[in-house]
Formats: sequence, structure tokens, C-alpha cells
Amino acid sequence: MSRIAVELPGLSMKNPIMPASGCFGFGEEMGSLYDLNELGAIALKATTREPRFGNETPRVAETAAGMLNAIGLQNPGLQKVISEKLPKLKSIETPLLANIAGTTMEDYEEVAADLSGTGRVNALELNISCPNVKEGGIAFGTDPSLAAELTERVKAVSSVPVYVKLSPNVTDITDIAKAVERAGADGLTLINTLSGMKIDRKSRKPLLANQAGGLSGPAVKPIAVRMIHEVRRQTQLPLIGMGGISDVEDIIDFIIAGADAVAVGTANFTNPFICPELSRGLEKWLAQEQYTHLYDLQPKEVHSVE
Amino acid sequence: MRKEDMIVLENKEIARDIFEMKLGGLLVQDITEPGQFLHIHTSPQPFPLLRRPLSICKTNKAEEYLTVIYRAEGEGTRLLSACSKGSTLDVIGPLGHGFPVSDVSPGEKVLLAGGGVGVPPLYDTGHALKEKGVDVTTVIGFSDKGTVFYEDPFRDIGRVFVSTADGSYGTAGFVTDVMEKEKLAFDRIFACGPVPMLKALETKYPEAEGCISLEERMGCGIGVCLACVCHTRQDPDGSDYRKVCSDGPVFPWKEVVL
Ligand SMILES: Cc1cc2nc3c(=O)[nH]c(=O)nc-3n(C[C@H](O)[C@H](O)[C@H](O)COP(=O)(O)OP(=O)(O)OC[C@H]3O[C@@H](n4cnc5c(N)ncnc54)[C@H](O)[C@@H]3O)c2cc1C
Ligand SMILES: Cc1cc2nc3c(=O)[nH]c(=O)nc-3n(C[C@H](O)[C@H](O)[C@H](O)COP(=O)(O)O)c2cc1C
Ligand code: FES
Repeated sequence: MSRIAVELPGLSMKNPIMPASGCFGFGEEMGSLYDLNELGAIALKATTREPRFGNETPRVAETAAGMLNAIGLQNPGLQKVISEKLPKLKSIETPLLANIAGTTMEDYEEVAADLSGTGRVNALELNISCPNVKEGGIAFGTDPSLAAELTERVKAVSSVPVYVKLSPNVTDITDIAKAVERAGADGLTLINTLSGMKIDRKSRKPLLANQAGGLSGPAVKPIAVRMIHEVRRQTQLPLIGMGGISDVEDIIDFIIAGADAVAVGTANFTNPFICPELSRGLEKWLAQEQYTHLYDLQPKEVHSVE
Repeated sequence: MRKEDMIVLENKEIARDIFEMKLGGLLVQDITEPGQFLHIHTSPQPFPLLRRPLSICKTNKAEEYLTVIYRAEGEGTRLLSACSKGSTLDVIGPLGHGFPVSDVSPGEKVLLAGGGVGVPPLYDTGHALKEKGVDVTTVIGFSDKGTVFYEDPFRDIGRVFVSTADGSYGTAGFVTDVMEKEKLAFDRIFACGPVPMLKALETKYPEAEGCISLEERMGCGIGVCLACVCHTRQDPDGSDYRKVCSDGPVFPWKEVVL
């Protein structure tokens, strides 16, 4: 048996590594660099009901060991994602996790029903945690009862498992985790970016056109690890962990903290080949250390996924 | 496109804070058009995190090297300026689409307009045009005498005019002032420089045929993160867009909103 294959609801992964939403587009560009079948799964860029241009530029800024982004959920909209983006992924076997976003509960329901109905999407990731759009989204991610209601409604219309992506921009992340678990979520993905700001000293204004942006990259890793550790102890749900992963050691830390699989975001920008390199590196490390499976790293009492 | 540890063959200051760096590696063989760019990790350490986009200035496929010219200004470019001969740099490239030299016919008059560190990609472009028998005129603008570079190399390609904003060298003013003063006529224009310069050119010559090369802050450099987008003139407030890194950085005259 493979040391690194993992089974999560809807996602039968040959390795525990997927590119994180928004850091891989819809796979086209990366597909010309390497075989996407090497990935455990792919989290697609957020899809909204209508096409969105997103925020004005500058949309990214570098920070100490990290970056801020305020893309603003730019995407071609539900119809084009179905007619143009998903067909290009037909020839690969890698499971797809479709990230969906919206302003109203009805938006989420419509996108969820249509995307899960395509047959090509293996699971949904409810983005209720994007810090970069003014309306909706983040409100669902910071209010446990709204998050639960949205989860329930999306579950009712989706024909595939539903993961909820949690925001770190809350006082207690476990409140939301427990609320969406009770509402029927099949899994959790965490963390999304942390709200931050960079000042441009020359203009004496925030550098990003949107003023605030979401912090990602190695700088956020300790926060992500802490939150996964907390959530692991409060829910039974499978967890896909992310936030600053850029090498094999990072993945091991996330698994020990309680993640069942991981996503890699910002590191794709520094090294477009990072995901396949990490899966080979992880396999090699486990073999060297004589682990028969990745999950043997996890302290038994906390690993609750069967 | 490939990711390669390129060897620093030379790295020297050619004007105030302006460095010319010669890099050797296989990547040179993949270059298809002048005006493509590299995305360079500026340190052997993991940080600074983001790569820096720099235009390819000169290509020598036979000897497998290329040059880039950059202004050492912020953290990353300052680190680059300290790289010594023989060290290596993690580079991805060539990226993006360059100037469409293949569209130009022999005998055509092409004007190259460059501002500051927008000048480098015009060098290979000028060379490729000259080889095709195109009549090339170059107008390059800088802030002051101390930052002028590559006036002589461009003379090998055709006529060259230089301007400085403070008037300390060449014509006082901007590239557009030189073009007016010298009444420069052209069939086509290729421009690269700061946005105000590109805007001035597109406004002064609205009917011109040609291309501009744009700068934008980048995340990935390969088209996946949507950091570098701009609106199109066809749909200035809508959801249509172009990515500077993978659709550009070179765009047809007046295609995108500046
Ligand atoms: C396609 C393209 C080609 C370019 N070609 C050249 C060239 O040939 N020579 C040259 O000197 N410069 C060029 N630039 C601009 C160059 O990329 C920036 O000057 C450089 O990234 C600044 O990095 P820094 O470390 O000095 O600044 P820092 O302030 O440390 O940079 C912080 C972040 O902001 C980004 N950034 C800051 N200024 C710019 C800018 N003007 N454009 C894009 N990103 C920026 C950096 O890439 C980095 O991610 C080009 C830009 C683009 C997009
Ligand atoms: C440029 C960029 C765009 C992103 N877009 C999305 C998005 O559309 N939907 C989403 O749920 N998360 C988005 N994210 C968040 C990432 O999926 C991830 O949660 C976060 O970046 C932390 O992981 P990292 O440190 O490995 O990047 C984006 C992140 C970045 C850097
Ligand atoms: S820099 Fe990522 S899409 Fe252009």
C-alpha cells in the first residue's frame, strides 16, 4: 500500500497534497508545466454565480516571509467555469475540489447545485472566509449560526461532499468548526488568509488598491498549525490543512497537528513545481524514517477519521 | 518555460544604481521573442519570498547567455546587485509574449520608445528588427545624466535620441518631447516604460500601429494568481481582462486600459 495515499470524503487522493484555491487557477497553466495526475487533488479558484473582475491593482504586496493579496475573487462566473474551464480538466483523473463563493445564500446554493451536477467536481469547498470582498463571504465565516445555515442549505442541494473553508479572522475558530459540523459539513479546510495591510511609504497610503489584503506564506504557518491543533480536538471532521507550507517538514507538522491532507498555496508562486516535488519528497522521507503510512505520524488519540 | 539555476557571468553597475547582469544557462535556448521576461528569486535564502520580474535585454543563443538590466532600488534588486560572478540564481523563464517582430516588414520605419528601466527589452527588439532590414529609430528617456545607459549600443541599430527629465543630458523633457521636436515619423512604434509615458504616447498618437510593454506587481508570473490583471479598452468596467504576465507584458497599442 502507498505510504502517502489518503481517502477523504469525495477525494480519493494518491498523495495528501493539493494546490490551494486561488494559487493554481483552473489548472490550465500548470497543466502545461507538469502532469496534473501527479497531484493528490486540485482546489480550483473560487467560482461565483456571475463573472467577477475583482479588485483594482496593486493586488499583491510582499511582506516579511509572506505576502498580502487582494485579488477579490476574480473568476469567469459559473456558466463559463462549466462550459470552458472544467472541460479542460476532463482528461486528468485527479479529484477536483471546487471552491465556491457568493454574496447571498442563494448564490452559494445555485453555484453548488450546478457545479456538483457537472459530474466532474468531486467535492465542494465553501469559501466563507475570503477577507477581500466587501459583501457576504466573510460574514458567513465569522458568525457560527450563519455559517451553519449556509452549510445546511448547500448540503441540501449538493450531490457531492461539502467542505467548509474556515477563516482565521475570528476569536475562536472552533465555534465555527463545531457549528458547521453539526450542520452536516463533510470536512473542513483551514486556514484562509489573515487580514493585513502594508503601507507604501512613498505615497503614505496603503499599498494595495483594496487597502487591506489577506496574508499568506510561511509567516502564517504557526497560526495555521495552532488552529488545526485546536479544531482537531473539537471535531470529528476530516481536515485539510494549509497556511505557509513550503517543504516536507511543514507537511509533517501539519499532519502531526491533526490535518488529514494539506494544501499548498503561495509556495506555488516561488516554485511552480512545488506540489509534485513535495509528494515525492514526502514519500522518500517516510520511507527513510520507516513509517508505513503518513498517518502513523499522528498521535493515535487525536486522529479521529475512520 | 523552465526553472533553472543560472550562472552569474557578470554583474556590474553601468549607470547610477543601474546594473547589467549576464546570466548563463539552457533557458536562453527557449527564448522566442524579444520582450519576454524572467522571474528571478533574488536570494539563495527563501526570502524575499516573491520573485522579481526582469525583462530580457540581450540574448546570445550561440554562447548561451542573456543579459538583464535592473535598477537596484528595493530589497530584492539590492540583493541582486550584490551577486558575485560565479554564483547562481534561481530563475524561471522565459515568460510572457514579447514584441511581434515577425509582423514587421523589411523597409518599415519602426520607432522604439523607452523610459528608464523600460529600455532593456527594446535592445533585443531593435536588433531583431535591424536584422530584418527594418529602419529603426530609438528614443530613450531618463531622469538625469547619471542614469543614462545603453545610448551607444543602440547606435549600432540606428538613430538614437536621448532625453532627460532634468535636462542634464540630451533633450530636456520626456520621450514625447523629443519625438515632437525632431518630428519623428514612423510606421510602427514599440514602447516600454513607466505608465505615464505609455499613456502620453497613446494619447499623442492614438492612430499609431504598435505595442506597449507593461509593468504590474506579480505573484506567480505564469498566469495562475490573477495579481497582474488590467482592464481592456473594449470593456473598461466589465469582467474582461488581460494578465500582464502571460497575455503580455507586450500588448497591442490601445488594447488595455493604462
Ligand atoms: C514584465 C516586467 C518586466 C520588468 N523589467 C524590468 C527591467 O528590465 N529592469 C528593471 O529594472 N525593472 C524591470 N521591471 C520592474 C521590476 O520588476 C521592479 O522594479 C522590481 O520587481 C522591484 O523589486 P525590488 O526588490 O527593487 O523592490 P521591492 O520594493 O522590494 O519589491 C517588493 C515587491 O513589489 C514588486 N514591485 C515593486 N516595484 C515593481 C514594479 N515597478 N513592477 C513590478 N513589480 C514591482 C516586486 O516585484 C516585489 O514583489 C519589470 C517589471 C515587469 C512586470
Ligand atoms: C493570490 C491568492 C489567491 C487566493 N484565492 C483564494 C480563493 O479564490 N478562494 C479561497 O478559498 N482561498 C484563496 N486563497 C487562500 C489560499 O487558498 C490559502 O488558504 C492561503 O493562501 C494559505 O495558504 P498558503 O500560505 O500556502 O498560501 C488565495 C490565496 C492567494 C495567495
Ligand atoms: S502574476 Fe500571477 S497571474 Fe500574473
